[in-house]
Amino acid sequence: MAKILRVLREQPGIRLAGLMAPGAFWLSVFFLVPLLIMAWISFLSRDPLGFPTPPLTLQNYWEIIRDIRFAPSISLADGLAIRLFEGLYLELFWRSIWLSLLSTVITLLIAFPVALFMARLPPRYRNLALFLVMIPFWTNFLVRTYALQFMLRSNGPINTLLRALGLEPIELLFTPTAVMLGLVYGNLPFMILPLYTSLEKFDWTMIEAAHDLGADTLRAFQRVMLPLISPGLLAGSILTFVPAIGAYITVELMGGGRTNMIGYAIAQQFSASVNWPFGSAMSLLMMIIVTFAAVLYFRSGRGEYRNAI
Amino acid sequence: MASDVVLLGERSEIKPRPRKESRGIGLGRFALVTITFFTFAFLYVPIAVLIAFSFNSARTGATWQSFSLQWYERVFSNTRILEAAANSLIVAALATVGSVVIGTLMAIAMERYQFRAKLAWDALLYLPVIIPEIVMGISLLIFFAAINLSRGIVTLVISHIAFCMPFVYLTMRARLADFDRSLEEAAQDLGADEWTTFRRITLPLLMPGIISSALLAFTLSLDDFVISFFVTGVGSQTLPVYIWGQIRRGITPEINAISTLMLLLSIVLVVVAQLIQRRQRA
Repeated sequence: MAKILRVLREQPGIRLAGLMAPGAFWLSVFFLVPLLIMAWISFLSRDPLGFPTPPLTLQNYWEIIRDIRFAPSISLADGLAIRLFEGLYLELFWRSIWLSLLSTVITLLIAFPVALFMARLPPRYRNLALFLVMIPFWTNFLVRTYALQFMLRSNGPINTLLRALGLEPIELLFTPTAVMLGLVYGNLPFMILPLYTSLEKFDWTMIEAAHDLGADTLRAFQRVMLPLISPGLLAGSILTFVPAIGAYITVELMGGGRTNMIGYAIAQQFSASVNWPFGSAMSLLMMIIVTFAAVLYFRSGRGEYRNAI
Repeated sequence: MASDVVLLGERSEIKPRPRKESRGIGLGRFALVTITFFTFAFLYVPIAVLIAFSFNSARTGATWQSFSLQWYERVFSNTRILEAAANSLIVAALATVGSVVIGTLMAIAMERYQFRAKLAWDALLYLPVIIPEIVMGISLLIFFAAINLSRGIVTLVISHIAFCMPFVYLTMRARLADFDRSLEEAAQDLGADEWTTFRRITLPLLMPGIISSALLAFTLSLDDFVISFFVTGVGSQTLPVYIWGQIRRGITPEINAISTLMLLLSIVLVVVAQLIQRRQRA
C-alpha cells in the first residue's frame, strides 16, 4: 500500500488518470459511443424488419425534408401560427419547438411571481413553501402526469362533478391545450426551484439603491435584478425546455398521441412502427436543435450579464 | 448630521425616485399571494385527488363509494408489482453507489488538476444534462443491441449510472469549489500521509455533499421512466415501467395506490434531505 502511494505521490499524472479513468470510461463508452453509433445508423438503410442494414444513404434525412414546399399561411388552429413552408416533418419539428417554447414561457410567467413571493417570506414560512415545492420536484414525473390525467378524464372527478351538477361533461384531454397544460404542470417545480434559489440570495437593498440613483422599477429590474438572477433563469429554462421538446409521457397521457411531438415520434420508430435508421436521424436532428438552443441561450445570458456590468 | 447634509448636497444632481406608496406595494403583494396560492393549488389538487381515490372502493369511474384499503392489499399481494419495486430499488441502489463514486472522483480531478482536454470533458459532462432523455434512451438501446448485450438489470444499471453521474459531478464540483484546502495542508504539516489526509479530512468534509448527491442520484434513478423503458428487459421491469404498462392498458385503481405509496417515499426523501441540510448548517 505504502509503495503504491509513494508512486502516486511522485507521479501526479498517474493520480489524475486514476481519478479521471472511471468517469471518462463510463462517459465515453456508455454515452458518447452510443450517440456516435446512433449518428452512424442514421445514415444506414432499413431492412424489411426496420433494423439498420449496410448501404450508406441519405434517404432518412431526405425523408424528413422531402415534402417541404413553399406555402405561406396563417391559421388560428393551435394558437396563432404563421407558416411559410409546409411539410409533414417540418410541421412536426416546428410544432414541437413552438409548444416547448410556449410552455417554457408560460411556466416562467407562473413560476417567477411564486419564486419572488417565496423569497420574500419570513424564514419560517419560506422553509414551508420550499418544502411544498420540493415534494412535486422529487415526485415521480409519470405519477404526477398520471394524477393530472386522472383528474381530467372523461369519467374523472371533474366531469363527475359536472354531471352531478346537471351539466354536460367536457372532453378535457387529447388536445394540444391538454399537452401544454401537462407540460406546464410537469415542469413548474423545475422552474420555481432554481429561480427561488437565485432570488433568495438577491440583496433587495440593491433595488432601493437603483431607485435612489434614479432608475424606475423596470430599469432596476432589467439592469440590477435580471443579471443577478440569470443563473436561476437559465437553469430553470433549460430544465423546462429540454424535457418539453423531448416529451413522451405527456404527449401520450395528455394528448393521447394525437398532438404529435418529436420525442414521441422518435419513440414510435423504436416501438410501434420499427424504423431505427429514420428514428436515429430524427433523434440526431433533435439533439442538434436542443444543443444549439442551449448554447445560444447561455451566450445571450452571459452577454446580458456583461452589458449590465 | 452636518456631514449628511453635505453629502446629500453633493448628490443633488441625481434625483432619487420617490418611494412607492404603500397602497401600490399592497396591490403587488396581493397579486403575488393570489398567483402563489393558485399555483400551489394547481400543483397539489391532482395529487390530493389521486390519494383520496386510492382509498375509494369503486372499481371504475370517479364516484365515491366507500373507504377501503383493498387496493393497497392488492398491491402488496401482487408479485409482479413487488418484483418491479424490488428491481427499482436494486437498480437505484447500484446506480447511486456507482454514480457517486465515479462522479466524485471525476469532480476532484476536474477541480484540482489542470490538463489538456479539460474543457472538452467539462462540455461532455454537461451534454447528458441538456440532451433529451429520449435520445439517450434510444442511443443506449441501439448500443446494447449492437454489442449484443441482452436487456435486463445489467443494462438498466449501466444506463442509470450514465445519466446520474453528470448530476453527481455537478453537485460535487460546486461543493469542491467551496472546499478549504488549508485543512488538508494542515493535516499534512502535522505528519499525516495522503491516504490518512483523504480518509480523515477530505472525505468527512465532503460527506454532506456526497450524501446529497447520493439522494439526488437515488431519486433520479427511481423516477426514471423514459430511459428505463428502452433498456429494460422482459423480466426486469422497474416500477415506473410497470405503472406505464398498466396506465396504457386502462384504469386500474391499484395504480392510484402505488402512486400514493411512491408519493409517500418522495416525501420521506425530501424530509431526509432537509434534515441533512439543517444539520449541515448547524
